[in-house]
Formats: sequence, C-alpha cells, structure tokens
Amino acid sequence: MIELFYWEGCPSHPEAKALLEQVLAELGRDDRIVMTEVKSDEEAERLRFPGSPTIRVDGNDVDREGAKSRPALTCRIYYLPDGRVSPVPSRGQLEAALR
Amino acid sequence: MSIDLGTEAPFFELPGVDGFDHSLDEYGDAKLLVLVQSCNHCPYVLAWEDRLIAIAQDYAHEGVRVVGINSNDVANYPEDSFEEMKKRATKRDFSFDYLFDEDQSLAHALGAEHTPEVFLFDEERKLRYHGAIDDSRDETTVTNSYLRDAIDALLAGDEPPVTETEAIGCTVKWKS
Repeated sequence: MIELFYWEGCPSHPEAKALLEQVLAELGRDDRIVMTEVKSDEEAERLRFPGSPTIRVDGNDVDREGAKSRPALTCRIYYLPDGRVSPVPSRGQLEAALR
Repeated sequence: MSIDLGTEAPFFELPGVDGFDHSLDEYGDAKLLVLVQSCNHCPYVLAWEDRLIAIAQDYAHEGVRVVGINSNDVANYPEDSFEEMKKRATKRDFSFDYLFDEDQSLAHALGAEHTPEVFLFDEERKLRYHGAIDDSRDETTVTNSYLRDAIDALLAGDEPPVTETEAIGCTVKWKS
C-alpha cells in the first residue's frame, strides 16, 4: 500500500503526489495512492507524522532518517543526493522505496 | 494580507543573532532595504538560503541591506528559537542581519504570510517589490530572478520589471 500523508499548511504535497505518480508509471505500477490529510497536532502524534509530505510504502517511510523527526504540522525537509534541501523526496528515494 | 506597494516600511526594533538590537532607523543610510520573512525550519527557506546569502553579498557594496526576520511561534516550532537562529546564522555564515520578531509585531505589520517572503523598500522606504526571491525553489530551473531584477532596476533609477509575485513556501507560524 502506498500512502501519502499531507498537511494543507504546506504547499508541497501536490508536487510530491505528481512525482510519485510519475515514478510509479515509470516502474509500470498502477498502485492507488491513499491520501490522508493530517489536520491537528493530535493526529500528527497518532500517525507519527514528521511533516508534509510523508510517503510510506507498505508502512515504511521513503526517508527513514527523516521519519525520526518529532511529529509536527510542518513542511518536511528532504535532502537531495547533491546535498541540497527539498520540500519533497528525491526521485531516487521514491524509486528505491518502490522497487 | 500583506501591505500594498508604496506603503512605508513599518518601524521595528528587534534583537539580532549578533547580540545587538537593530531598528529600521539603523538602516537609514541603505539605498535599498530588503526585509525577508524567514525562519530555520522551513525547507523552502533552506532551499533558497544560498541565493539569499549571495544576494546580500553581491549587493552590499551598492548600499543594499538584506535583513532576515523570524517571527514564528517557537512554542510549537522550537527549531525557530532565538538560540537556534544564532546557531543557524553561525553555521551558514549569514551575510545579513537575522532578527527575532518574538511578539510577531513586524510580521503582522508587513502582513507576511509565508517563509520566505520578500519585501523590498526603496530609499524612501516605500515598498517596491513583494513576493518570491525568484521563480523556482530549485536553483537549477530558475528563469526569473525577481528580487535581483527589482534591485537592479531600482539602483538604475528604473521601475522593477515585476512588482508582485506569489511567495511560495511555509506559512508564518502564528501564536494561538
């Protein structure tokens, strides 16, 4: 199961969803993406949501290191292979998680 | 809602990460003043950080002052505390003042909504450009350098080619 958890206060989830759909198509997969909006600090705690967007494949975060951050309604930080910061996962992270 | 173009810069006096208080009056001799609503924890701020540092460096000798403002609620976003601001500025060797707007009065006065969000004031401290630093958080795909273009135009005595853009980023974290 592929899940995308997001918070409306951060504008990055449409970009993350589009990238995820692109990678899925390239891998020849037609999995449905289950979208879950996180609306409160309590939900963030309960869902172990370290920021928006958070993508899990079969329950595993695509960025396990980043998943250790404290639960919060915030924009999540990802690091690209060249060290730059991004508000969405890298294509490589998604590919690795989906293979 | 942010202030309109032509509006005068609001007065402020805020502590900086350098240990000194900084006021609007202190920047009185600057030809242009760039206030940037910012913070530590937002990936959009971090993605644009190198470009902001470069702009502050590139235009310092032309009398342009860049000032970062963090107004976020540190109770819910402890990564944005004053101590963390000091650490960030030291780690990244910020080329601009980085001020802590703890009571959020400056953010309210500017009508700031996002981080990063730019307010460029001319020599008379009237707002001349408001919005994004440029048109892409990914520096490899930038096609319009809004802030640089506006600064260049004002320094040359011209009108900024673009005066308002949408600042895409995190929201300012207001106190409840």
